[in-house]
Amino acid sequence: MRFVKGSLAATAIVSCLVLPALAAEHRVEPGPDANERLIETLILAEPGDTVTIAAGRYDLVDGLSLDVDEVTVRGEGADRTVLSFKGQAGAGEGLLVTSNRVVLEDFAVEDTKGDGVKSKGSDQITFRNLRVEWTGGAKPENGAYGVYPVSSSNVLIEGVTVRGASDAGIYVGQSEDIIVRNSLAEYNVAGIEIENSYRADVHGNTARHNTGGILIFDLPNLPVQGGHDIRVFDNDVMDNDTPNFAPEGNIVGIVPKGMGVMVMANRNVHVFGNRFDRNGTTHVLIAAYPNDYEDDAYMFVPRGVYVHGNTYGEGGGEPDGEVGKIISDVSGTPVPDIVWDGVTRIPEYFSWVSAEDRIYIDEADGTTFANLKMISQMLLPWGWWPDTDIAGYKGSLPEMEPVTLPQDEGV
Amino acid sequence: MSKLGHLRLAARRLGGTTVALLALCSGVVAAPSNAAIMADKPPRLLSEFGFFEDARAQAPAEGVVPFEPHTALFSDGALKFRFVYVQEGKAASYVADEAFAFPVGSALIKSFAFPADFRSPDEKVRLIETRVMLRHEDGWQSWAYLWNEEQSDAELKIAGAKVDIAITGEGGEPVSFTYSVPNKNQCKGCHQLAGEIVPLGPKARNLNFELSYDDETTNQLEHWRDTGLLEGLPEDVSAIEAVPDWRDEGAALDARARAWLDVNCAHCHRRDGPASNSGLYLTWDEAPGPALGINKRPVAAGRGSGGRLFDIAPGDPDGSILNFRVESTEPGIMMPELGRAREDATAAALLREWVSSLR
Repeated sequence: MRFVKGSLAATAIVSCLVLPALAAEHRVEPGPDANERLIETLILAEPGDTVTIAAGRYDLVDGLSLDVDEVTVRGEGADRTVLSFKGQAGAGEGLLVTSNRVVLEDFAVEDTKGDGVKSKGSDQITFRNLRVEWTGGAKPENGAYGVYPVSSSNVLIEGVTVRGASDAGIYVGQSEDIIVRNSLAEYNVAGIEIENSYRADVHGNTARHNTGGILIFDLPNLPVQGGHDIRVFDNDVMDNDTPNFAPEGNIVGIVPKGMGVMVMANRNVHVFGNRFDRNGTTHVLIAAYPNDYEDDAYMFVPRGVYVHGNTYGEGGGEPDGEVGKIISDVSGTPVPDIVWDGVTRIPEYFSWVSAEDRIYIDEADGTTFANLKMISQMLLPWGWWPDTDIAGYKGSLPEMEPVTLPQDEGV
Repeated sequence: MSKLGHLRLAARRLGGTTVALLALCSGVVAAPSNAAIMADKPPRLLSEFGFFEDARAQAPAEGVVPFEPHTALFSDGALKFRFVYVQEGKAASYVADEAFAFPVGSALIKSFAFPADFRSPDEKVRLIETRVMLRHEDGWQSWAYLWNEEQSDAELKIAGAKVDIAITGEGGEPVSFTYSVPNKNQCKGCHQLAGEIVPLGPKARNLNFELSYDDETTNQLEHWRDTGLLEGLPEDVSAIEAVPDWRDEGAALDARARAWLDVNCAHCHRRDGPASNSGLYLTWDEAPGPALGINKRPVAAGRGSGGRLFDIAPGDPDGSILNFRVESTEPGIMMPELGRAREDATAAALLREWVSSLR
């Protein structure tokens, strides 16, 4: 006992020493020059400070940015502190964070011309209880991403709501160690997207009324690629029924209306304990990157995907778009609950796929599945058929450790 | 006449000579204040730095040297007056591919101005802002000073500013737009390499050309060396890479386009820059391929794609996102996303010609 007490005291002293000596509270109220006051307050903040944005509506013409470490930017509620960028004339996003150990919480960002709230190159960045919304509904003129950490590490997104993004509501790109939880994404093209990222836990979220609910993608020709170690679990992924409204040219434009979870390329992705319902194309699609590319370092097929213990309601009755047609032409309608395009690399097609690289499905009886065997279709046009025997894919991959974040200790 | 001669003429027409004479008569010799440059907090007024003998005329103080890049950032077509200051007895060190390494206490100064009528660019010139970069022990500091109505001094603006400009363009047409003075973070939005603030202009390849000074025309890099501003310059300056003036129709099309992209885009679109995540790199030495945008699909363009499939579709500017974004003036679409409200129509035409020429 004595020993324990001693170490606690030591911890307390160390904590005092490292606490910032002069943490200041800044408060910004709505009113004239609010844009300039917000910009200036965020620039002049010192590490350890809190910037409170008082309840009210702020009509902003210029984007905000934060480049100071260890600052909390806090509103007084996602429906009470509203930063509206309807009249935005400059900058690529509403709020850009480029510093470390930053917490953004309890405010709303509306109608930005580009992305909503972005962090670039941040370590320990927290987006909590934010609302990012394009208030005119699902339109291609809306910005691409709502909550948008990129090239960041230790990313925590929780309790956010994003509506109307013309690409992905919650988009984590080229980042490491990520948790997206207890958030709501609706009326976006993609609800939640984890792209070219390492180690992500996506859980407890609701992704509904998007074109596609949750996308785990890996793309070529980017400085960070080879996405891996992603867990998607305990999410409600349903009613994804918004027609794809992404501007052409964006990869998310391939996603058909009514997609639940889509895994494209990536390595070691586990999809489990989710509740799927009323996704018109299919609940789970596992697919290769479909476009031509020039990139020797890129792996275009998904490796090691493990889908288990999910529940499946209705779905597959309305396969949408080009991808929906390609699938249903082979699988028939309704499209099965889980679809794998079956694309493998040529050498593996003629030999075998090692255990850690295979696709494993372990679901309750009655769950439907199709391996479209797209590679066979290409090579053996005279004699192929999809493989719908789900039992043949039974097996498992080693369970992954949960993602832990320094800013999330004790939760 | 070289651009710099032009600039000097403009300065004289601003009334520089008269004021300079007055200064001489009163025995005051303007000199930069090393204390102001090195202070923890920047001075409130530009004049406190002492960079100018006559700031209104952009006539520099002793030791403050005007310079010119061969290809410049567009900045809504603003006239620019650039100066470099290195403390006496010190010199910048030559760096081959990046901005030179300046010693602590150095300053880079750049003023932005618009003439009332671009058909007479030397007359009725209104100074808008002067940006300074100051080399401290722990890196560069960057600040913007907004000129007052009377044009007597400029005041520090941390949060930036918007300035309404209504002038006459080169073709006699009325031009009006809102010019943005960047805030401190926006300065870093471009002047950033691997997380550090860095100068962009003073790179060897963009200073390597013949420039007219008051008394002579000489290679700018050699002038810097000969006046003690720069050390370590390779003996054979002709062996140093040189970007052309992108407006020089005598230069190769590819070099002109690449020079423009290098200066207007590559401060972000490079491997260690703010737009590293795009995978699109437009630096002068980037080899043709997907990283230069050729047949590269966008990653986070959103409506910035304009419905086009590739950053650069060779031979097809109307199918290229690069052309779409350079030609746009809409926030969320236009590139560069900072530092302009207008379209650089001449550059847009050049880039169309260039993309058309690619195979």
